[in-house]
Amino acid sequence: MSPELSQRLAAAVDGMPAFPKSVQRILELTRDVNSTPKDLVDVIDKDPVVTVKILKVVNSAYYSLPKQVTSIGHAVVYLGFNTIKNLALSIAAIGMLPKENSAAFDVQQYLLHSLATASIAKQLALKVDDADPMDCFIAGLLHDFGKVVFAQFMPQEFKTALAQSAADGSSLHAALQATIGADHAVVGAMLVEKWRFAPALVETIRHQRIDNLKDTDMIACVFGANQISKRLAFGFAGNHRVDELPPPIQKRLGGNLDEVINALGDLSALFQEAQVFAKL
Amino acid sequence: MKVRFWGVRGSIASPGPKTVRYGGNTTCIEIRTDNNELIILDAGTGIFPLSQTLLAEMPVTANVLITHSHWDHIQGLPFFIPNFIPGNTLRLHGGFDPVSGKGIEQVMAVQLQYSYFPVREEEMKARIEYVTLMPDQPVQIGSATVTPCLLNHPVVDFGYRIDCNGKSVFFTGDHEPPYNIYEPGEEGYADYQAFVDEKNRAILEAIRGVDVYIADTSYTDAEYPSKKGWGHGTFSTSIASAHAAGAKVLFCTHHEPTRSDDALEAAFADALQHQASLTQHMDIRLAREGDTYEF
Repeated sequence: MSPELSQRLAAAVDGMPAFPKSVQRILELTRDVNSTPKDLVDVIDKDPVVTVKILKVVNSAYYSLPKQVTSIGHAVVYLGFNTIKNLALSIAAIGMLPKENSAAFDVQQYLLHSLATASIAKQLALKVDDADPMDCFIAGLLHDFGKVVFAQFMPQEFKTALAQSAADGSSLHAALQATIGADHAVVGAMLVEKWRFAPALVETIRHQRIDNLKDTDMIACVFGANQISKRLAFGFAGNHRVDELPPPIQKRLGGNLDEVINALGDLSALFQEAQVFAKL
Repeated sequence: MKVRFWGVRGSIASPGPKTVRYGGNTTCIEIRTDNNELIILDAGTGIFPLSQTLLAEMPVTANVLITHSHWDHIQGLPFFIPNFIPGNTLRLHGGFDPVSGKGIEQVMAVQLQYSYFPVREEEMKARIEYVTLMPDQPVQIGSATVTPCLLNHPVVDFGYRIDCNGKSVFFTGDHEPPYNIYEPGEEGYADYQAFVDEKNRAILEAIRGVDVYIADTSYTDAEYPSKKGWGHGTFSTSIASAHAAGAKVLFCTHHEPTRSDDALEAAFADALQHQASLTQHMDIRLAREGDTYEF
């Protein structure tokens, strides 16, 4: 990816609005004297745009942290609740992410897919030894962040790639590679790396493609969660293809895709919760 | 080393007959190293009387450490008299504000807008320099090492530890010890508590073993529940942290602006009595405008 493209996309995210429901809730909660810090954290950590922007600030060079902050709760303890609240308010003031975009990318379905992937990844983290549930949640929430950036700032190229993937069932990664020269995993990872997010988070976002996986517990949880939410049609983020879990991931998660889904039990409550939040 | 209090009042200057003993100026503390280098902690209204004494020792190099950008900690800056006299240097240190996206230069820039103050920054005769600091990254000021520690307040607040010739001072600026926003048993409680514990441990380490600990002690325990989340400490939190960090002397400051001298002394006596097990062997004092402590 060219440095110009990387610079342009990073700058574009600064001015990018958050999802309508979180903007509305942030405004409501900050005006409500009876609201609690917990209420606001619960809103922020479900919005990929707000989450990215807050982690970007707290991990910035201005604070030179010895260890990156990967959760909103940690950001609140580190910078103080009021600072996080005011950052959220500044983001809310930008406006709301439009429901329609010229890429014809359904941002509501995207949010549902991201939230479902986040929650499932968090559950899968309990099955493995070396993945923090909160980190898996954030990685799941942000694994497709590159797509919503494309939809906003490179809609025509993104639309072409979506159409091609839909027409022949081919991988969206390959289609994006052809139209933009970089897929959403590369762009998402590039952005979060530029913003000094934790290396494990960057690595997990970068290695989500079946032919480019890495064998770690965190990647297994997020890759697995991504396939599960696609298989169960929890939202939709433009990629029709559902991959079977490769053997190393099966080993880590204790079974193939169907077995892992069965072992998770009833996910309807999880999906309903995501639906409430993603409703535009 | 010498510490002198020029402003000990929180929030807003509070002159009048009821505050005449402890003083009504807002936060400003003068520190002199053994080499007589000048470090000023915060620039509340107390910096104005301090600055008048500096005219006798020009040219002045004033190293001002701003804990945070709230009015009661910066409001005296435009009236820092050495700024108007050539040959002096004001070196202003402080943190980066993530909400405004600006460094410490903003505390001067916002106050020297022409609508609010008749002299613009460009017209100041002294040399004015800005040093934006990072948490836990020490800087050298003359013979002193200054280490900022990120504390908890509605706006980014640095506590400062000053070490010099084996002597040390820690000033909190405004600080409320972080607390868990979840209730025990709720999802997220344990994770959040781990962050809170880690943060409180790091703060204690920053204060560890100081000779002089100057702490935000705005409220009594009885007042605190209605002020929770406002970013201030209490007599109990200051006493507890002084004890846990092994500070040699604790100065309680940032006195609540509506508290009269009599009420302040009564609240202090009450706190000492209620925490007798911790306080009986501690040197604890109320910060008082004009007082000097040399060690």
